[in-house]
Amino acid sequence: MTFDEKYFDIGRLDRLSYGETFVHRLDPRAKVIGTMLFLLTVISFPKHEVAALAPFFLYPALLVAVGEIPVRFIIKKMLLVSPFAIFIGIFNPILDTRTAAVVFGVAVSAGWVSFLSILMKFALTISAGLLLIATTSFSGVCHALRRLGLPALFVSQLLFLYRYLFVLMEETMRIIRARDMRSFGKRGTGLRVFARLIGILFLRTVDRAERIYYAMHSRGFEGDMPTLKGSRIVLPDLAFLSAMVACLWFFRFFPIAEGIGRMAQGMLR
Amino acid sequence: MHMADALLSPAVGTTLWVGTAAVTGYASKRLKREIDDRMIPLMGVLGAFIFAAQMVNFTIPGTGSSGHLGGGMILAVLLGPHAAFLVMASVLTVQALFFADGGLLALGCNIWNLAVYPCYLVYPYVYRPLAGDIHKPGRVLVASLVSVAAALQLGAFSVVVETLLSGKSELPFGAFALMMQPIHLAIGIVEGFVTAGVVNYVRGARPELLESIAVSRLLGAEVSLKRFMIAFAALTVIAGGALSWFASTHPDGLEWSIEKIAGKGELPQAYGIAAALKGFQEKTAFLRDYNFKPAGDGLKKGEAPPSWPGIEAGTSAAGIIGAAIVLGMIVLIGMGIRVFRRRQIQ
Repeated sequence: MTFDEKYFDIGRLDRLSYGETFVHRLDPRAKVIGTMLFLLTVISFPKHEVAALAPFFLYPALLVAVGEIPVRFIIKKMLLVSPFAIFIGIFNPILDTRTAAVVFGVAVSAGWVSFLSILMKFALTISAGLLLIATTSFSGVCHALRRLGLPALFVSQLLFLYRYLFVLMEETMRIIRARDMRSFGKRGTGLRVFARLIGILFLRTVDRAERIYYAMHSRGFEGDMPTLKGSRIVLPDLAFLSAMVACLWFFRFFPIAEGIGRMAQGMLR
Repeated sequence: MHMADALLSPAVGTTLWVGTAAVTGYASKRLKREIDDRMIPLMGVLGAFIFAAQMVNFTIPGTGSSGHLGGGMILAVLLGPHAAFLVMASVLTVQALFFADGGLLALGCNIWNLAVYPCYLVYPYVYRPLAGDIHKPGRVLVASLVSVAAALQLGAFSVVVETLLSGKSELPFGAFALMMQPIHLAIGIVEGFVTAGVVNYVRGARPELLESIAVSRLLGAEVSLKRFMIAFAALTVIAGGALSWFASTHPDGLEWSIEKIAGKGELPQAYGIAAALKGFQEKTAFLRDYNFKPAGDGLKKGEAPPSWPGIEAGTSAAGIIGAAIVLGMIVLIGMGIRVFRRRQIQ
C-alpha cells in the first residue's frame, strides 16, 4: 500500500460514519459496549470450536446491511491486516496432526480445525472493530470512552491526534514526494536521510503545536475539550443493547449451527 | 508485531486491558499535575507525527528491504516517559480502530508491549543511565541501540507469552520464541540507528526546544523499579485469578485435563459456577430429539474417543452443514435488507 492509498483509506472509513441510518443514530456508548461484549463472547470459545461461531456473523452482516457500508471495502481492510493471525495460526495444522473428525470420508486434523477457528475469530473481531468506526465516527467513540470513564487527558489526546492526523499526513506526503523526486531508484531512501526527514518533521510538528496552542488559548482553551453535542441513552439504544446481550448469550450457549445441521440431515434421510 | 484478537483468550485480553488502563490512569494523573496546558496540543500533534512517520518507508542497509519506524523510544527520549506513554497509547488506539491493527481486545496487550516497556521500563533503567546528561552523540547512539533492542525484545517476548497463555496456538514455547526474538533484534538495531539519528538531529538543530518541553522529562527518574515490580506482580495475580475463573466456567476443558490426570471421566460431583451453569444448561437445552447439546458441553462424559476428545464424525458433519446453512441465511438476510432499503428509497 502506498502512502497516498493509506491516506485516502483513513478518509474513506471516516466518511462512512457520516451516514444517517438506524445504526449511525444509536448512542456511541451503546455501540462501544455492544462491540466489546461481542468481542469477548467470540474469543471466549475454546480453540477447536468452528460451527458455533457461524451464527455470530449475523452481527457484522446486519451492521453492513442496515448501516449501508460497502462490503468489499471492509473485506479489503480485513485482508490487509490478516498476515499476523495467519502466520501464527498456520503452525497449528503443521504441529497438531491428530485426527479430529472424518467429514464426508476425509480425515480432518485437529490443527486445521483450530486454524479455521482462528480465522473465523479473526474475521469476526476485525470486522466488528472496523464497523464500529464506520458507523460511529472516531470522535463519537472518543466521547463515548470519555463518558465511560477514560481519563480526560487521554481522550483529548486521541481527539487531537485524529484532528491533526490528516494535516500531518499531507505534510508528510509532500516530504516524501520531494524525496522521491530527488532520489533515483534506491538512492536517498537510506537511513541517514530518513532520520533527518523524521527530525525535520518532528521540528515542524512542534512548531505547529505551538501555533495551535496559541490559537486555542486565545479562544479560551483551558486544558479540556468540551463537546456541545450531548447524547442521551434512549429507548432504541436500550433495545439494541438488550437484543445484543440476549443474542450473544443464546449463540454462546446453544449450538445453533449444529442443531440446524442435524435437522437438515434428518430431513434428507 | 501487533497482537491479534483472534489469538487471545478473554482472561489474557482483559487482564492486560486492566493493566494498561491502570498505567494510563497513572500517566494522566502525573501529567495533569505537573505540566501546563501547552503540552496537551503538543502531545496530540506528536501522536499524529508518529502516525505519519510510521508510514514513511526507508531502505534497510545491506538488505534492500524497507523498514518502518516504531517510535516509542524517540518520544520517551524527547518528551519523557509519561507524555511518551500517552502519545504511544493513543497512536496504538487509532491504529486499532482505523487499520484494525491487532483489534480492540488486543489493544491492551499492544499498548503494554509497545508503550509500557519502552516508556516505563527501558527508558528510565536502560536509556538514561547509558546516555547520561551530557548528550554526546556517540553515547546517544549506543544508548538508543541498546534500549530500542531491549524494548523490542521485551515486547516480542510478551507476544509469545500472551499467545501461549491464551492457548489458541499450537506453537511450542521454544520454537515460537526462537522465531520472534531474532527478527525483532534485527528490527531493533535498525530502529536504534534511526532513533539516535532523530534525537541527535533534533538536539543539534534546536537545542533550546528540547529544554522547553523537557519539564516532564525529569519525572522519569522518580518511577521506582520497586513500584513497577509490585504492579507487575499484582497483574500476574489478577491474571491467575481470571484464568482460573474462566477455567471453571468451561467445564469441558477442565474435565478433560482431569480425565488425563486422574484417568477417569468425572469427579464425583461438580461444584461452584461450573455446576450451576451445567444444571442451568441441562434445564434449558432445547429440541432434545435433534440431539442438541449445550455448546460448553462438547465432550461426552465417561467415554474417551481414541484419538482426540470432543468431536465424533456425526457431530462434525452436522456442524459443518449447519454452519454453511447459517452463513447462507446471514448473507440472505443482509442482502434482503439492502434490497428492501433500496426499494424504500426509490
